[in-house]
Amino acid sequence: MPMDPVLELRDISKTYGRVRACSDICFSVMPGEIRGLLGQNGAGKSTLMRIAAGLVEADRGAVLVHGKELPPGSPRAASVAGVGMVHQHFSLVEALTVWENVTLGDVGRLSATEAISITETLAERYGLEVDAHSTVEHLAPGERQRVEIIKCLRSNPTVIILDEPTAVLTQIEAKRLFAVLRLLAQDDVPRAIVLISHRLEEVLDFTERVTVLRDGQVATTLRSSDADITSLAVEMLGRDVSLGREAGALGLPTLEDEVRGRWDTSSAKLAPSADRARFAMVDVSARGSDGTLLLNELSLRVSSGEIVGLAGVEGNGQAAIADVVSGIVELDGGQLLVDGGPVVWGRRGNSSAIGLVPADRQVSGCVLPLSVAENLVLDCTEDVMSCGLISRRLLRDRAKRLIEEFGISTPSIHTPVAALSGGNQQRVVLARELSKDPSVLVASQPTQGLDIEGIEDVWRRLREAATRGVAVLVISSDLDEIVALADRVAVISRGAIVGELARHELNHERLGLMMGGQSA
Amino acid sequence: MIPERLRSDRARLHLFPDSSHSTGCDRERLSRAAYFLALLIGCIAVALGLASALLAATGAPPGVVWDAMLKGSVGSTAALGTTLNYTALVLTVAIGTCIAFRAGLFNIGQEGQFTIGGIAGTAVGLALPFRGILAIVVIVVAAAVGGALWALFPAYLKLHRGVSEVVTTLLMDFVAFQLLSFVVNKPYLLGERLPKGSLLSGQPQSNLLPGADLLPSLAEGVGYRLQITIVVAIALALVSSFLIARSRWGLRVRASGFNPHIMQRMGIRRWQIGGGALLISGAFAGLAGGFLLTGTVLRIQGGVSTGVVGSFSDNFGWEGLLVALVARFRPSIAIPVAFLFGALRAGGEVLASTGVDSSIVGVVQALVVLAVTIPTVVAQVHAQRTRAKSLLDYA
Repeated sequence: MPMDPVLELRDISKTYGRVRACSDICFSVMPGEIRGLLGQNGAGKSTLMRIAAGLVEADRGAVLVHGKELPPGSPRAASVAGVGMVHQHFSLVEALTVWENVTLGDVGRLSATEAISITETLAERYGLEVDAHSTVEHLAPGERQRVEIIKCLRSNPTVIILDEPTAVLTQIEAKRLFAVLRLLAQDDVPRAIVLISHRLEEVLDFTERVTVLRDGQVATTLRSSDADITSLAVEMLGRDVSLGREAGALGLPTLEDEVRGRWDTSSAKLAPSADRARFAMVDVSARGSDGTLLLNELSLRVSSGEIVGLAGVEGNGQAAIADVVSGIVELDGGQLLVDGGPVVWGRRGNSSAIGLVPADRQVSGCVLPLSVAENLVLDCTEDVMSCGLISRRLLRDRAKRLIEEFGISTPSIHTPVAALSGGNQQRVVLARELSKDPSVLVASQPTQGLDIEGIEDVWRRLREAATRGVAVLVISSDLDEIVALADRVAVISRGAIVGELARHELNHERLGLMMGGQSA
Repeated sequence: MIPERLRSDRARLHLFPDSSHSTGCDRERLSRAAYFLALLIGCIAVALGLASALLAATGAPPGVVWDAMLKGSVGSTAALGTTLNYTALVLTVAIGTCIAFRAGLFNIGQEGQFTIGGIAGTAVGLALPFRGILAIVVIVVAAAVGGALWALFPAYLKLHRGVSEVVTTLLMDFVAFQLLSFVVNKPYLLGERLPKGSLLSGQPQSNLLPGADLLPSLAEGVGYRLQITIVVAIALALVSSFLIARSRWGLRVRASGFNPHIMQRMGIRRWQIGGGALLISGAFAGLAGGFLLTGTVLRIQGGVSTGVVGSFSDNFGWEGLLVALVARFRPSIAIPVAFLFGALRAGGEVLASTGVDSSIVGVVQALVVLAVTIPTVVAQVHAQRTRAKSLLDYA
């Protein structure tokens, strides 16, 4: 076996605006190897692999395949050199059949019989069971993924990158996928396979080595046989978090002083109590538009004045909670209760009882081309109406008050929200949602993409809201955030709460284990 | 990386710029306005040059032609009256189109909605037992309701089945044309019923509405009759403009036009805004049909040829759509744009009567339309680029 790496990345750096996605990453994969690539959201895994596939151009560094450097930012060159990528979100044309999708992107004359036979040969050889003639829209996620892999194999790549391939699969399907990957790696011409995943367990079971990325850098590379879930979780989450938080994680006595100190304990903070559940999700089930179960009899209670952190690996139902809470996904079962009464949506109704800070603030949080003043009202127009019209004076007064109160930095109240920084956009969303004086505030990834100052500010607002008696649910994939904010942490996995930890029970190891789908 | 949904959101940005919110300092805005003006003048010059060359090549002296165009559109009281009547029709269609587009719905079925407006107005008008101003109001309202109903099916398909309204509204046009042809050919529907012994006109058409159903006029003279519709249309344009900017409904329309997800997140049902806007758009097109019916023709006629364009709607729907596009979906801006289109139509008619080939007249009109459209498109592309760039910095 030749022992030169098939894929080698040298000193790759990439920044998006102020965010360093990758800094000086070196990474190489040997032929015949299945390499795990781990990391939290935003650790740089996807960016790194997209650079390898030529989809993103690195600021610095080189991509080498079989020792030859690829021209940067050319997916075509990467593909010719033998780099294939199976994306997290399928890139299939639903209306076309399997074989048509497989040949998509080919040039020259299209021969149906040839394409079908290629599809079938590949499917048979690697155990990728799928009917070449069926239409993609009728296929289950697992089958679609097999089509993606066949499509990728069509160009006979020597490096195959899979971006979170198991996110959409059941456990049995995932096992089958790994059998296929094993076969691909140990083929006549050995291939190098890179597997991006969140699931620590499967990475340990099915890879030779694991590289953990953290904050755009390689945290460590381990032999899978030498590693265990806990050590991987710790590497992923990072130990060099700020002293206070680490102390919190280790349960040292400094915790209370450090964190509570910022909480303004002098004000009358209501003690969370079980009987005062302001917000309750009782056995809530919900399905996606394709019928997949997003929430599976999930139960969760948040008391008045309490901040509950919802931790979990992305894609385990967090988005569905936000959708259910805002009423765009209907409940398949169970109940949503605010102050003991069921939530009603629609015309005014109870919708103002729940404030929502959505994860995708630029899509669901605000309307980018509209002005700051208008974004601060959107659905709370009652406050600014006069004689059936939106009063300019009331609109201006309200905007000025909220801009002042929430420290929104904007050139004018008429500036489109698109022209504000991410932190100020988030302040606009927070200001609007809190101005409704809600009983419950659900904040989903509230500080994603914000700078330190923005993060601190959002955290302060959330704590203040809790102090005023609002039941706050923080959904976050950033464990530091959850540790910093939450009185209690619930862990979500596959649409259900798999465990809860009180503040003093918190540590990164336990959280990591629970997030990986193990109950601890 | 920018999520796919946001990318489409960004694509919408350039379509609906809120003039009141444009960023940049005054000087920058001024230079942009100067650039726009220079571009507009340049484009018109090129269009006039091209048209003149074309006219000269086909044997029509350009000087005479331009003279006829000008005289036929604004050269006399009569010409101006005709121009303003046309302006009113095109503007009314354009207002509704603006509203639908601002809400993010691309209604392009104005021709059909206009036609149905005419049919509904005729049906109701012929059945009414009373006449006079009340009858006119009832007829015009019936026409608007007809147009709205014609947009109901596309709205339903869009909101419940996700079928693109661009396709459905357009296809409904053809149904409307066939329906028109059908009802005027069947005497038991709206077909002409003549007293015994009189000769058929040879043209399938409905009975004539009584002369009392003619819309009131502002001024009358030899060869023209300036209808009240121009006042109504301008008032509607101004009111719509105001409501879009200042009412809660307007805020919601604009918000959901830019970002269709958000209103839903806020607990406002999609059909309330999007569906409503599509129906309003249909109603305006139908209303214009009612204006044409009660303003001049007083009857509907089946097309001599069942071509692409219905004979009753006579391109008014398409012109309204074009006006909305050129005005960048702002009803107040649509007023002068509609006037230009009205003038072109009136001038073109006079030109055709001087013996210039009607297809050449069409080309001349199209060149002028292109000339006023190009600067707008250039400005849009420019705005899109700068905004996309500024957005990318934050993504």
